[in-house]
Amino acid sequence: MSAKPKLKQVFDRPKSLKDVPYHYCPGCHHGLIHRLVAEQIDAFGLQESTLAAASVGCSVLLYDYFDVDIVESPHGRAAAVATGLKRAKPDSFVFTYQGDGDLAAIGTAEIVHAANRGEKITVIFVNNAVFGMTGGQMAPTTLEGQVTTTSPYGRSAAEAGLPIRVCEMLSTLEGTAFAARVAVDNIKNLKKAKAALKRAFTYQTKGWGFSFVEFLSSCPTNWKMTPEEANARVGKEMADYFPLGVYKDVRAN
Amino acid sequence: MARRVLIKGNEAIAMGAIEAGCRFYFGYPITPQNEIPEYMSMAMPKLGGTFLQAESEVASINMLLGAAATGARVMTSSSSPGISLKQEGISYLAGSQIPGVIVNMSRSGPGLGGIHPSQGDYFQSTRGGGHGDYRTLVLAPSTAQENYDLTMLAFDLAEKYRNPVMILGDALIGQIKEPVELKSYRKKPQDKPWALTGAKGRHGQILKSLFLADGELTDHNWMLAKKYKSMEKEVRFETYRAEDAQLMLVAFGSVGRILKTSVDILREKGKAVGLLRPITVYPFPKQAVRQAAEEAKALMVMELNTGQMVEDVKLAAECACPVDFYGRPPGSIPTPDELAKEAMKVWRKRGLK
Repeated sequence: MSAKPKLKQVFDRPKSLKDVPYHYCPGCHHGLIHRLVAEQIDAFGLQESTLAAASVGCSVLLYDYFDVDIVESPHGRAAAVATGLKRAKPDSFVFTYQGDGDLAAIGTAEIVHAANRGEKITVIFVNNAVFGMTGGQMAPTTLEGQVTTTSPYGRSAAEAGLPIRVCEMLSTLEGTAFAARVAVDNIKNLKKAKAALKRAFTYQTKGWGFSFVEFLSSCPTNWKMTPEEANARVGKEMADYFPLGVYKDVRAN
Repeated sequence: MARRVLIKGNEAIAMGAIEAGCRFYFGYPITPQNEIPEYMSMAMPKLGGTFLQAESEVASINMLLGAAATGARVMTSSSSPGISLKQEGISYLAGSQIPGVIVNMSRSGPGLGGIHPSQGDYFQSTRGGGHGDYRTLVLAPSTAQENYDLTMLAFDLAEKYRNPVMILGDALIGQIKEPVELKSYRKKPQDKPWALTGAKGRHGQILKSLFLADGELTDHNWMLAKKYKSMEKEVRFETYRAEDAQLMLVAFGSVGRILKTSVDILREKGKAVGLLRPITVYPFPKQAVRQAAEEAKALMVMELNTGQMVEDVKLAAECACPVDFYGRPPGSIPTPDELAKEAMKVWRKRGLK
């Protein structure tokens, strides 16, 4: 009689994620990014002390997935709401989760000033170069020439300017302590994303200052692509214009 | 014994807020309310509280939303155009049932207008103001003492109803310097099981105004409507020499204050004129107005605008007696004599004796 093989569980749902199916479209990167954030909440033991500011866009339903305390923010205002949360509960772990329509268009004032004040919060910025929830309109991060429902002839630099590189812009501010741009289009990048998130969480838990992680993300539905095509676009066109990497890490070394 | 001090109306609001336990203030400069952020910037660090000058009125109301979501007592202040900017956040506070105190030391408009005393924000303050079908409690002080007292009350009401509360004044109410008795705040803090304090020993909690499931938003709005109805018991008003009034003047805030002297002038001339001064302009003292409409021969509304509260007075009077109106657009403050003369015009027009 052979011995029963000893089974070791190596993969599970993070406990700060609820056991519910995502509403996100097939091939969308939100699900992966949610999981990576939840893994860090668990790893740092922060589920009981996390206060999150949800935003407006596809990730407005953040509170359906994360089992932590969450307040909804008006469109673009998550960084201001998070400022209020953190000032009132300085011992909490406070994060925002915002898309590019929310953060890079209507919320530019709030994100710039929260960063500049050095608010001890962590901002998760999901850049998929399009307004997703409203049906695929042009965003400030839409690439030149990209066809969207409000740039039917392709984004024109003459009319709409060129895409905003938020990570680089925020890195110029003295208050920004950590800023990185990551992607989850392949395992190598996913591991780097995980490391960047861990670093961002470290910054807040140590009280080192404002930390920012930008995720390049796919949006197969609004890009009119298959999940595979969209995933490939993240690593090529997106990463060409929005280079991946750590832009600021004031406590490095 | 309560201490008596000589302070500005705006300072009285800041001091009332601090006495009521407010330790978080978020604001942005705008005249004529700057003494409030200035006072808070001086006082909060000494109290271990937070004063934060935000990048905009939009940011400050959302900082209030975040801090208040944790159960803290939080205040912001501004003036008319700044309040317009805050209205989106106020709508979210109402929808998510997050309490907060918003001071509107209003100025004149439309647009940039001016900094004169004005009551042009009556509609903006009492009609919800932002998008959606909601109401805010609105307190309209007329003295520095009332600024102090009503600010403390505003925090209690905000928490009692989990709703934004607005304090509506103008340059006269904010800038006037007069004695204030600094009474102590004695209420016990309320339990706030809804507050976001971290999912310790429980699942995560959510404060939100988005309801997408079938019927959910309908239910939410009915629940809010019932809450607004229940706020009617908070009605506050003052009457002045009103007992046998044939002509009842109705005015709030700065005009209500000036009219007391006008009533004295008219009473000296033997005219039975009284004053009804709403202190809560939402909920509006409908029953008091209705009763006055039945007992007096005529009502007369006076406002520093071209006719806003007069609509509420007419609705409440239900045609039980004529309702006349004198409005003064922004630019100057009427004297008691001028308003007494306007009252006499109505006195004669209505054939009162």
